[in-house]
Amino acid sequence: MTVPGRDTTADTVRTQPIVTSDDVVRARQLARTLAVECGLSLVEQTKLVTAASELARNTLVYGGGGRMDGEVVSRTAGRGVRLNFTDHGPGIPDTDLALRDGWSSGTGMGLGLSGARRLVDDFVLRTEVGEGTAVTVVKWTH
Amino acid sequence: MTGRREELAAGWIEVVSRTLATRVSRAELDRELHELYSAIVEALGSGGLDTGAEAWTEVRALLVELSRNRARQGFSPAETAVSVFALKAGLERQLDQGSPGDVAAYLTLSRLTDALGMFTVDSYTTTREQIISSQAEELLELSTPVVKLWDGVIGVPLVGTLDSARTQVVMEKLLQALVDTGSAKAIIDITGVPAVDTEVAQHLLKTVVAARLMGAECIVSGIRPQIAQTIVALGIEFGDIVTKATLADALRHALRGLSDADSVRGRGASQA
Repeated sequence: MTVPGRDTTADTVRTQPIVTSDDVVRARQLARTLAVECGLSLVEQTKLVTAASELARNTLVYGGGGRMDGEVVSRTAGRGVRLNFTDHGPGIPDTDLALRDGWSSGTGMGLGLSGARRLVDDFVLRTEVGEGTAVTVVKWTH
Repeated sequence: MTGRREELAAGWIEVVSRTLATRVSRAELDRELHELYSAIVEALGSGGLDTGAEAWTEVRALLVELSRNRARQGFSPAETAVSVFALKAGLERQLDQGSPGDVAAYLTLSRLTDALGMFTVDSYTTTREQIISSQAEELLELSTPVVKLWDGVIGVPLVGTLDSARTQVVMEKLLQALVDTGSAKAIIDITGVPAVDTEVAQHLLKTVVAARLMGAECIVSGIRPQIAQTIVALGIEFGDIVTKATLADALRHALRGLSDADSVRGRGASQA
């Protein structure tokens, strides 16, 4: 499986552990910092930050905690921010169902994962039942 | 330790007061450490070296008090722990003239001091955490004001991150303010909320529904262009909830609603 932005030149990776609900706020702040550094527009910044918020909360609530790695990446057409969320939780048995609008295994609105996918340019979900889940997203400048 | 009591205690106090310099009065230190010293000697006399044991209750209580005071006064953990660890320095000086028995006793005491020192740092941290969490609570209260915008219209300007705890406070204050002021309209302004994700949206919707159950209408204002686009991309639907771009628009909408209601009531009264 190809990871978006992996073959491009990358800056230093910054990591935010996601263990408490305060860490979700910190992950969001890191995403915003990277988005500003990368030069994303205000709308793109807000979209990335919101996606980061959703995915970080999923990592915490459904994955039982994990980490977010973020970095600024570049390609010939421009720059972007790549965020990688990893947990070692129960994994997702049915990814099609998990990505369906309005479906949630918890008490949320069921729009977090599917909404986050619509908010970013590249979205890769890797999951293994009993092993954990990794979500990589990239938002490019336009 | 009992025999050279004054000497040892004085050495101890000297080391501690040198580190803490002018921040604690000499008399206070004197009292604190003498009390602690007596308690330690007593505990050593009556029970073993297990600092968790019954005999050490008094010492632990004194240490908790000491670290609590230090934490409140803004001392660092090192400045707090030095009060305990400095006991070693006082004893060390006596080692020069000591017998092998003294050295063995010193080593035992040293282990004991370490255990007590750790305990001090632990209770220091606990106190600091308590202080931080109570400050966070105060901040939560302060950061969610409910203001009266007009007769019958209240406003809640939200600034910063909206999490579950904060929303709970907002909802409670908003609903209480609706009753207290007899208002029929409430405006929730999210201009200061940097990002609206599904959790924030869900909290907002719940607050609006709760207000509606009480017969009040809620208007959500301060939806900036980037927030509007994000909400659409996320797929969140606000349904029939009135949303406005600015607080001014929301206030105009609320006042129009109020005057309509007034004129209906007025007609009803004249016909009767």
